[in-house]
Amino acid sequence: MWLLALCLLPAAAAVVTGAAPSPRVTRWRVGALVGTAGVHLALTAMLWRLPPQHALNGWLGDDALGTIVLTLTSVLFFATAVYTVGYLARATPRGGRVFVSGMLGFLAATTVVALSQHLAMLWVGLEATTFAVAPLIFHRHDRRSLEAVWKYLVLSSVGIALALLGIFFLASAQHGVPGDPLILGDLTAHARELQPAWLRAAFVFLLVGFGTKMGLAPMHTWKPDTYGEAPALVGALMAGALTSCAFLGVARITQVTTAAGLTAFVQPVLFAFGLLSLATAAAFVIGQGDLKRLLAYSSVEHMGLLVLGLGLGGVGTYGAVLHLVNNGLVKGWLFLVAGNVVLATGTSSAAGNRGLVRTLPVSGVLLVAGLFAVTGSPPFGLFLSEFTILRAAVDGGHLAIAVAMLVLLAIIFIGMAVLVMNVALGEPAPDVRPVRESAWLLVGPLALAGLVLLLGVYLPGPLQATLAHAAVALGGRVP
Amino acid sequence: MRTTAELLLLLVVLTDLAVLGTSRLRTCIRAVAAQGLLLGLLPLALASQVTVHIAGLAAGTVLVKAVVLPWFLLWAIREAAVRREVEPVVGFIASLLLGALALALAFAIAGRLPASDVREPLLIPAALATVMMGLIVLTTRRKALTQVVGYLMLENGIYLFGLTQTESVPFLLEVGVLLDIFAGVFIMGIVVFHINREFDSLDSARLSELKD
Repeated sequence: MWLLALCLLPAAAAVVTGAAPSPRVTRWRVGALVGTAGVHLALTAMLWRLPPQHALNGWLGDDALGTIVLTLTSVLFFATAVYTVGYLARATPRGGRVFVSGMLGFLAATTVVALSQHLAMLWVGLEATTFAVAPLIFHRHDRRSLEAVWKYLVLSSVGIALALLGIFFLASAQHGVPGDPLILGDLTAHARELQPAWLRAAFVFLLVGFGTKMGLAPMHTWKPDTYGEAPALVGALMAGALTSCAFLGVARITQVTTAAGLTAFVQPVLFAFGLLSLATAAAFVIGQGDLKRLLAYSSVEHMGLLVLGLGLGGVGTYGAVLHLVNNGLVKGWLFLVAGNVVLATGTSSAAGNRGLVRTLPVSGVLLVAGLFAVTGSPPFGLFLSEFTILRAAVDGGHLAIAVAMLVLLAIIFIGMAVLVMNVALGEPAPDVRPVRESAWLLVGPLALAGLVLLLGVYLPGPLQATLAHAAVALGGRVP
Repeated sequence: MRTTAELLLLLVVLTDLAVLGTSRLRTCIRAVAAQGLLLGLLPLALASQVTVHIAGLAAGTVLVKAVVLPWFLLWAIREAAVRREVEPVVGFIASLLLGALALALAFAIAGRLPASDVREPLLIPAALATVMMGLIVLTTRRKALTQVVGYLMLENGIYLFGLTQTESVPFLLEVGVLLDIFAGVFIMGIVVFHINREFDSLDSARLSELKD
């Protein structure tokens, strides 16, 4: 019941805000956005207190990993919705009502993904996210955003189509095996009876398909263009929530293959994608000239870390799940701050910004702090999760991977630091005055920054228990 | 009924080749529409008895893939006043050869796959061939609209493969999949329309401003 409400509420709000007359972004539309986000967050919080729920014959359910992704999405969406109030007061996306409606549709689709226990349903939700964000990317209706949205649509549609083929392969693997078709619990319970040849094919297609939506290298090429052109708050939702949902898809199929005893097949594939993503990020972060594109490559890096952790298994899996939460929150924080920079100076390019700490005192400081958080410095949460993944590599005897990871992370740190320090410090142009920053635009990133800091020093008990459940379900263990 | 299904699958492969070999955008779209119609008839031909589920699937497929989407794409080229048309990176003869190669490869792969319950042995090779030829169209044509046609072919191939699994994928999800594909092509069509207005061309190769 609650699960259905969680999915249907944002969907209904999306339809109402999209269908109602007056094409402009009006006060009530923004109110509906924040209200829906608030109710969604409250319902999600309630799920933590209730026993596990089921709906639609077990197609929907809140298992540990799904709850984590749902909560991350909901928190991030609420912070972004509050930010949107300030954003729409200053910018007028030409999409008009489609903008608010697209955001709510995105929330509905990601909720379906997070709660899906049926893998084909997960696919339907993930595919729907593509179309919900397309109008948000295209908000300026100019050539650059057109190019970005076209690349995004073609690449992710083809990727997700291949994932559908993978789902059919999985159904083939399940032929003659007891249990309901494509239900996660039944797949893992009878994993060893699945046809291994079909299962391997399913894993490869699903990893490539969902990996495209995650933005794993080499399928990441849409990412810098899309994040660079989309409004920053859309980047926050995509880099924080959408990639997490896509990772959930990858985690689900890895869970099945691990339970089927195919670790020896799965592990090298995940390592390859993980390391390639880290290397790609390192190569393109150096000399990067745009803040939002920089964050896009940072997202590629963190997606790489997630699949590395998943591939390492053991405590690495726990590290990956914790990293999922940390990465989602920090991406929201940084993209919203980047949005403030764009609103104040009109550009996110390094050339157009100097001395942000002086012109935008709060956002500037948040940007510098965010640099340290996103690169995994203590005391932020990402230090803890990256360290756990690194420890799994050392414990598992994968020293080469541990060394490669450290070197690449160091390169990425340097590359990011150069750009961020350049725009944050330095002398602002003489005619630029400090800007009064709107509270609407600061509450979201400040709250997210607080959460990332909190997760670095203290993990609340229920969260720790759920993280442990999720890691164990994925075949890992708790450190 | 088996022979009917075989005939339909053969025609599906022929429509694939028709898309690969034609220089006219309209013919491409008509071929894909014909393919959609064939895809809609296939579940009827494959089923031992026609249930409500199968009839619904057939009707939905024909409506979306053979009527609404092709009509929409034809509308898009009429509005955009596109004439000649499919500018291939790879020539037509070469694409047809690639298509033939894909077909041979599809049969080779299908022969090696562990046989699951397949009522129609041609189904898996035809599905794989359509997927591959869809990818060929997607990667070797420069016009954005032709790429949408390639995407439709890719989805059609996956749909064919899905027909081996009709009993494990419930009706509701089939509707979801169909709706997603509909929305996808619809939004792509709108973007194509805007590309044409902005660039006075449907050439996706002009979309090259964004790079590192």
